Amino acid sequence: MASAIARTTYNLFFRRSSSYMVGIFASAFAFEIAFDGAADRLWDSVNKGRQWKDIRSKYIEEQ
Amino acid sequence: MFSRAAYTTGTRAFRAPSFAQGRMASTQAGPGPFGADRKAAIAWFTKAAAGSAILGYGVSNYIATDERIAPLSKALSDSVNALQKKADDLGLKLPFTVAHAFSTADHGLHPPHYPWDHYKPWKTYDHASIRRGFQVYKEVCSACHSMEYIHYRNLVGVSHTEAEAKELAAEYEYKDGPNDVGEMFMRPGKLTDAMPAPYPNEEAARAANGGAYPPDLSCIVRARHGEEDYIFSLLLGYCDPPAGVTVREGLHYNPYFPGGAIAMARALYDEVCEYDDGTPNNASQLAKDVTTFLSWASYPEHDERKKMGLKTLAISTMLLGLSVWWKRFKWSYIKSRKIVYKPGKFDEV
Repeated sequence: MASAIARTTYNLFFRRSSSYMVGIFASAFAFEIAFDGAADRLWDSVNKGRQWKDIRSKYIEEQ
Repeated sequence: MFSRAAYTTGTRAFRAPSFAQGRMASTQAGPGPFGADRKAAIAWFTKAAAGSAILGYGVSNYIATDERIAPLSKALSDSVNALQKKADDLGLKLPFTVAHAFSTADHGLHPPHYPWDHYKPWKTYDHASIRRGFQVYKEVCSACHSMEYIHYRNLVGVSHTEAEAKELAAEYEYKDGPNDVGEMFMRPGKLTDAMPAPYPNEEAARAANGGAYPPDLSCIVRARHGEEDYIFSLLLGYCDPPAGVTVREGLHYNPYFPGGAIAMARALYDEVCEYDDGTPNNASQLAKDVTTFLSWASYPEHDERKKMGLKTLAISTMLLGLSVWWKRFKWSYIKSRKIVYKPGKFDEV
């Protein structure tokens, strides 16, 4: 099972330089989105009620 | 004897193990970067994690505490003082000076450390407090102090909505121009205008304040030793001068101000501002809020900087782990191989 996954991964991403590069760029893109999203959510939960986005609803006027 | 040719061709005189032999040898000694098998690797990681946790927790909680550092620094300064005394006796001059004549009357009383929430590495400013602090600045401080580097647009998305900031700006008239006949004219303020200056120039400010210039507050937290603690202490630190200290007419006694005599009178009293979010408006709350506002004005990048810094630390930690693994992965072959010397026939030179 593990070797099947490894073989598929190898054949998909590592076998050719072109697919290797595509894999690097795609995983960098995906990692940044995931990491930034997770870090921002953690940050907002630690600072709940302190940031402007938490209090702006009190002052914004409905159009 | 070894000959150079025999070594470099390496067929008979010296035989380094080939890659395949190294791998074969290492299957017995232990493959993998972190030990012989999965169990050993898990043990390695457990030990590494436990060691780092114990070290970090121990250093921060038990070793690097004030109770431990204070005696150490006292012992250090005592021994340096003894050294200085010895050098004085012998008539030598040490390449450093030890004694500092320090007087709180001259330098100002050192402010105590207050537990500002935004001093914690993972905390942003309390933006509700910035908003209240701006109200205190506008209603109290701005009578004498300018903030020429803070513009109304800076408040948008920090403490006020765009509509509110426009409204605040429009309360004041600003000189603009020239118009198409070359005359300057007054117009209501816009988002791009700075906080209105109470005096047209420094001379006017000095003339109105008995020769003392009320400093611009744009970067005042950066500009004062003790930062928030100093500003907060100064605002609430007014008291009667101690016996023997006379304060000139027009000045006020404040032990936190260098020299003790400050031209600014106490400005923050209980209930001088009315908060609309239900926060109690006693003097210390007003001082805390206006200090938070001034701190934001000095460090407007604060929230973003901390968030970016924590992200950087997280990524760096991952990269550190990856590089540890990579080093051990590359070295596992070298560390587990055996070099065997087989004596054989030598080529005579």
